[in-house]
Amino acid sequence: MAEPEPRTNRLRAWASARWRDWTITLAAFVLALIVGAILMIVADPEVAGNFAYLFTAPGLALGAAWTKVSTAYSALLMGAVGSPSALAATTAAAAPLICAGLAVGLAFRAGLFNIGAQGQAVVGSMAAAWVGFSLPLPPVIHLIVAVLAGLIAGALWGGVVGWLKARTGAHEVIVTIMMNYIASGLLAWALTTSAFQRPGRSDPISPEVAGSATFPQIFEQLHVGFFVALAAALVVAWVLDRSVLGFSIRAVGANPHAAGTAGMNVGATTIITMALAGALAGLAGVMAALGPSVNGVPTPLSEGLVGTVGFDAITVALLGRSKPVGIVFAGLLFGGLSAGGLAMQSVAQTPLTLTLVLQALVVLFVAAPQLVATLVPFLKARKGSVSLTGADA
Amino acid sequence: MIRPVADEAEHGTGLQLKSITKRFGTFVANDAVDLDIRPGEIHCLLGENGAGKSTLMNVLYGLYQPDGGEIVIDGAVQHFANPKAAMAAGIGMVHQHFMLVEVFTVAENMILGREPGLVVDLKAGRATVRELSARYNLPVDPDAVVEDLPVGVQQRVEILKALANDAAYLILDEPTAVLTPQEIDELMVVLQRLRDEGKGIVFITHKLREVRAIADRITVLRRGRVVGRAEPGTSENELAQLMVGRAVDLTVSKQHAEPGPVRLEVENLTVTNSAGAVVVDGISFEVAGGEILCVAGVQGNGQSELADALLGNLPVLSGSVRLDGHDLTDGTPKRAIIAGMGFVPEDRQHDGFIGSFTIAENLVLNRFDRPPFAKGAALDLEAINGNALRLRDEFDIRTPEVQNLGSSLSGGNAQKVVLARELSRELAVLVASQPTRGVDVGAIEFLHKRIVAERDKGTAVMLVSTELEEVEALADRVLVMYRGRVVGIVGPDTPRDVLGMMMAGCSYDEAVALAAAAPTEGGDR
Repeated sequence: MAEPEPRTNRLRAWASARWRDWTITLAAFVLALIVGAILMIVADPEVAGNFAYLFTAPGLALGAAWTKVSTAYSALLMGAVGSPSALAATTAAAAPLICAGLAVGLAFRAGLFNIGAQGQAVVGSMAAAWVGFSLPLPPVIHLIVAVLAGLIAGALWGGVVGWLKARTGAHEVIVTIMMNYIASGLLAWALTTSAFQRPGRSDPISPEVAGSATFPQIFEQLHVGFFVALAAALVVAWVLDRSVLGFSIRAVGANPHAAGTAGMNVGATTIITMALAGALAGLAGVMAALGPSVNGVPTPLSEGLVGTVGFDAITVALLGRSKPVGIVFAGLLFGGLSAGGLAMQSVAQTPLTLTLVLQALVVLFVAAPQLVATLVPFLKARKGSVSLTGADA
Repeated sequence: MIRPVADEAEHGTGLQLKSITKRFGTFVANDAVDLDIRPGEIHCLLGENGAGKSTLMNVLYGLYQPDGGEIVIDGAVQHFANPKAAMAAGIGMVHQHFMLVEVFTVAENMILGREPGLVVDLKAGRATVRELSARYNLPVDPDAVVEDLPVGVQQRVEILKALANDAAYLILDEPTAVLTPQEIDELMVVLQRLRDEGKGIVFITHKLREVRAIADRITVLRRGRVVGRAEPGTSENELAQLMVGRAVDLTVSKQHAEPGPVRLEVENLTVTNSAGAVVVDGISFEVAGGEILCVAGVQGNGQSELADALLGNLPVLSGSVRLDGHDLTDGTPKRAIIAGMGFVPEDRQHDGFIGSFTIAENLVLNRFDRPPFAKGAALDLEAINGNALRLRDEFDIRTPEVQNLGSSLSGGNAQKVVLARELSRELAVLVASQPTRGVDVGAIEFLHKRIVAERDKGTAVMLVSTELEEVEALADRVLVMYRGRVVGIVGPDTPRDVLGMMMAGCSYDEAVALAAAAPTEGGDR
């Protein structure tokens, strides 16, 4: 059989598939910005008021709208990437999102919907912070032990879910949601005990993490944890594509019947995947607990420390199509939106929630590629559905 | 008997497809295909998988729009924008995968899509079922839930649905693929009756024996073109040659078996399914190295569960399975695979193959974690790729690129991948279920040869098949199963009608007596 440069063909097919993913994502982002702009105009009574005179004084209305939108978006852009410190802030926000996104994406590849990254991150942050403020250990070792504690706590929290699913068939979505409640309840309770509560305080807040257990700062908010997150993405990529374990994970995710018939242990793979996902989400909690904040010391453990990282991770994983490289970029994008959102709020008086709306819109448009293709005609020729979970790729 | 492609005589009545062309991108699925169907005939459309039979019928049924050519009914040119238009013009279709709502009753399915208003008139639905059942002698209980019915009866419901629309032309897409031998016989009788009533019937198949049994005329498609028309008397070899485009050896040439020592021993094996019903009931048999034991039986008599239990995919209630002296009872698939069991599952797409994995990955699905394909925790991609290239050539897997997705392969090639995976390692026993189901003639020939070659290497082969042709072609001994039990183990020369009766539960002696009493029945088919 004639084979004209199969490698080139393969590369071309791969490139065209990636190109489609990228263009749809980009188009989704642009569309999200457009909808966001409309929301900004409508939500600002002063600007919206000018539109009453749209036909008598169009310049006034359009000018006011333009000023509003351009100020806001340039503040967003500047706050995300406009200066070295903005970039540093973006990496700091991205690091936990990348880790938790990997936790959701890895589970997706095994056919598991891990809603529990939130709970796994919470217990990860608790374990890491506790080691950080209560164990007196020498510098480098202290940090390593604290990170490992967070990984193990997250792995246990996720592994339990995998074990319940493999043993009893309990659906992981239900179990992880419940585990999220348990984790936040556990944290709230722990912060009232002497082991976690800062001496002399009556509010639920922990002592500060020792400097020896803090991720070393590199430049302002950019800290070593960001590179740990990138390394985690590399490891996950290697595991999925190059390892024996990854082969099982992908096979179980794509067709558990065929995987079982071929001798793979579907239950064990489920448990291992959930434990690994839990460890990755735990690492996101570690980033929150041990990463230095603006003032150089980590924010002490409190009920809101990890924020909603576990839920944002689902959108990050969806946007990154459950591929490690995609998740890194999606994490950076959302990290940038969150860093820039603060700037947008202070400069253009745009509510911070608008950045959440923008994130939601991006994912919404990515999740509906046909909608994007309809709105952006040049994409139309490139038909075909985009796989969000990446489980079939 | 084979006439070259020539213009059929123009008939004033009937259904004509004139020069139909259908392209998908650059791929030409139908290339100027002419076909005419007369009322009161059974017209067989014969061709390998991917020859364009289904595409042509989907054009006729309004599911696809042709890129060229026209459809003419009784002299009038038709345009079918959708199946509804085709139905209105008197065309009915019975799909290979039934379009029935399984949890609905027969009557509910009958009125589905034809409810006149908001109120569901079940009474009318029941009446329609009864009337059509009586008129065409196709008994069906209107209140039976579809999923509880045997596949053959479900198909009958599909036919009734088409008839309810007053179809003058009936298209059946591979209607026998899902049927048992008895059900196939029943279907043939039904189709002959419908023909005698004046219906024009298109019967799509790649099974030569059926074509010979039922066709009034035959059109053969290959690679989207009509390559010939034949009369019903044409021999199977001639038809196969026309269909595949080269001479095909339909008889499996194999030496007499030289059984060695017993390798697989099954004793008193009892297996229950997930619902707790006993599906394999105290079965004992042995398979020696160098012989093929065929497990024959009508679909659903415990053969699939027997195979699954041997692999360790279904828990064993009692009894034992031993392979080369090692106990495999109630083990895991992994243990069976390591002990040297090759396994070809009955449902390839579901259990044997991962469509979203590459062909190379599918070829190591049960060995990826051992050398030479794994180095410690890492996969050896070079070795996996090299293995795939070697097996592609050895097993003639038709793909330009082993890194393509498994889902890009045709059914026959996917089955070659499964068989290549199992046969490319040292086996003690090969357990293969329906290895040629949905596979075209050219590939069947090849797969049969490989299975016989594996036997000759000294492997014990257990072959589960519901197709008597396959049993006759390959078996050294035949084990007949009925309702989870062994009816008997007989030699390969047992007449077809005796086997058929054993498959219905008669013992060998009863079956021989019955066959002798009715010498003409079941003779030719």
